[in-house]
Amino acid sequence: MIIEDNLGHQGDALYSALMQTHDGLTPNQSHALNARLVLLMMNEIGNPDTIIALMADARALTQPGVGPFGA
Amino acid sequence: MAYDYAPFPYVAPPGLIAPEPRHPVAIVGAGPIGLALAIDLAQRGIKSVVLDDNNVVSVGSRAICWAKRTLEIFERLGVGDRMLEKGVTWTVGRLFHGTDEIYSFDLLPEDGHKYPAFVNLQQYYVEQFLVERAQDFPDLIDMRFLNKVTDHSDQGDHVTLNVETPDGAYQIEAEYYIAADGAGSSTRKRMELPFHGQSFDEHFLIVDVELPQSPFPTEDPERWFWFAPPFHPGQSALLHKQPDNIYRIDLQLGPNADPELEASEEKVLARIKAVIGEMDFRLDWMSVYKFRCAKLDRFVHDRIIFVGDSAHVVSPFGARGGNGGIQDIDNLGWKLAAVLREKPTTLLDSYDAERRHGAAENILNSSRATNFMTPKSVIETLFRNEALNLAGTYPFARKLINSGRLSTPCTLEGMTLQTGQHPLVGRCLIDLPIASGWLTETITGDFTLLTLDNAPWPTTKGLLNYALPPGRLTADRYGTKGAFLIRPDGHICAYFSTPDVEAISDAMFRANGGFS
Repeated sequence: MIIEDNLGHQGDALYSALMQTHDGLTPNQSHALNARLVLLMMNEIGNPDTIIALMADARALTQPGVGPFGA
Repeated sequence: MAYDYAPFPYVAPPGLIAPEPRHPVAIVGAGPIGLALAIDLAQRGIKSVVLDDNNVVSVGSRAICWAKRTLEIFERLGVGDRMLEKGVTWTVGRLFHGTDEIYSFDLLPEDGHKYPAFVNLQQYYVEQFLVERAQDFPDLIDMRFLNKVTDHSDQGDHVTLNVETPDGAYQIEAEYYIAADGAGSSTRKRMELPFHGQSFDEHFLIVDVELPQSPFPTEDPERWFWFAPPFHPGQSALLHKQPDNIYRIDLQLGPNADPELEASEEKVLARIKAVIGEMDFRLDWMSVYKFRCAKLDRFVHDRIIFVGDSAHVVSPFGARGGNGGIQDIDNLGWKLAAVLREKPTTLLDSYDAERRHGAAENILNSSRATNFMTPKSVIETLFRNEALNLAGTYPFARKLINSGRLSTPCTLEGMTLQTGQHPLVGRCLIDLPIASGWLTETITGDFTLLTLDNAPWPTTKGLLNYALPPGRLTADRYGTKGAFLIRPDGHICAYFSTPDVEAISDAMFRANGGFS
């Protein structure tokens, strides 16, 4: 798993593009877009060990309490 | 101690009594940008008249973070050492999420540069130093305070300006009119020029407080930025040190804040106490503001030239406003002086193209930072929060956290005045320690051929030669062979691997606005 920056000078531009991809969508549509994006990226990465490890790491940082979408 | 806002004297201008001879340059606005341009032109022997509707320096600290590149330009203008001496030097920025430090960056981790990444210095000191420097040129700079330009008209080969003073109105003529009249530019409004961009709904509170001791636990002053600190829940906060024990606190207030209520003393004092605790303090200045990122479509309109905030505005995160403006006049000064001495006006077109490019880069960076800080939907908030969450564990996510990408000069690579493909072409001179002091003190304001080897480099009229001292730093920063052509504003505009007289002459021709 790559934990160091892998985007170089394009980090801000890509973050900005991600926000623009969501621009104008309802929260439900954004949820759906995120799900599609994860599935597309999973296929793009391909390596099952990497994907499983990323899932575990993302899950491990789950925060208690209320987020921007509510409980 | 509070700054003493001593007014500059008003002197009745000669134009009230009899018509004045046509001025080469009229600069409208005596802020840091207008004053710096007057000094740059004076150093090139060009006269200017500087007109300002006010007669004191900037009220409030306003622009405080002056970047390395700006300091190098101020060196050339004769005020760099004063800025460095009075200013608070810093190079490290720290980022916090809640109470946890998640990331820090050093903006200048290497030695061998005269100027640091940044000094913090209140805009009123910068303006004072520039006014005092301008007074070194009594025959070339005519500063007129309480002279308000109320109208202007481009006559083709000159511009007429209508000016109001406490003693009545008068008119002057100038070959060029420089609009350095700030974000609310009256010049821009009179000309009804579109000034489009992105407006942000967030309100911010900006305060300067004088404190008896530093609120920073670190010895060296730094830039501290918080996302959702315990003292200001759910919002962002920024802390900077300025000279005279004055600290800048910038607090995000959200889009629904009531600006009048937020500006009330009771509310402001409570917010300051939340940040600094039970320390005695003096409130020096405060403002509740919103901002936008916008620029003109063109900075040059025949004989009217826009510089600084009149041409482009950015959000404060990144220190790209004042620093961007100083880079405007650095770019314009030598070109305007050359055009007044019969060089082609294509040089002014190149100012327009190069600085629109610089402004676009500043606006892009500043908009991205502001968008990151002020998420405009629940999904943007979610991504921002989760980037901060990941940043606690994963280094890659720290790079995504954007509290402002701090001002660095743009490269002019590939634009019309530059020749060739060397990676340094278009970039600014990189400082070096040399026997007499610093390279940035030595290469100041003239076309210079910076040579790296002992090849028979030609000496050409209008071009200085300077041999870089051999050594490891020189090799790291410039290489060991060939020569670089340096423009009067310190940008590298060509590289030559061999002493090819014709190639050097062609590059000089091109850099002077002739496009062969």
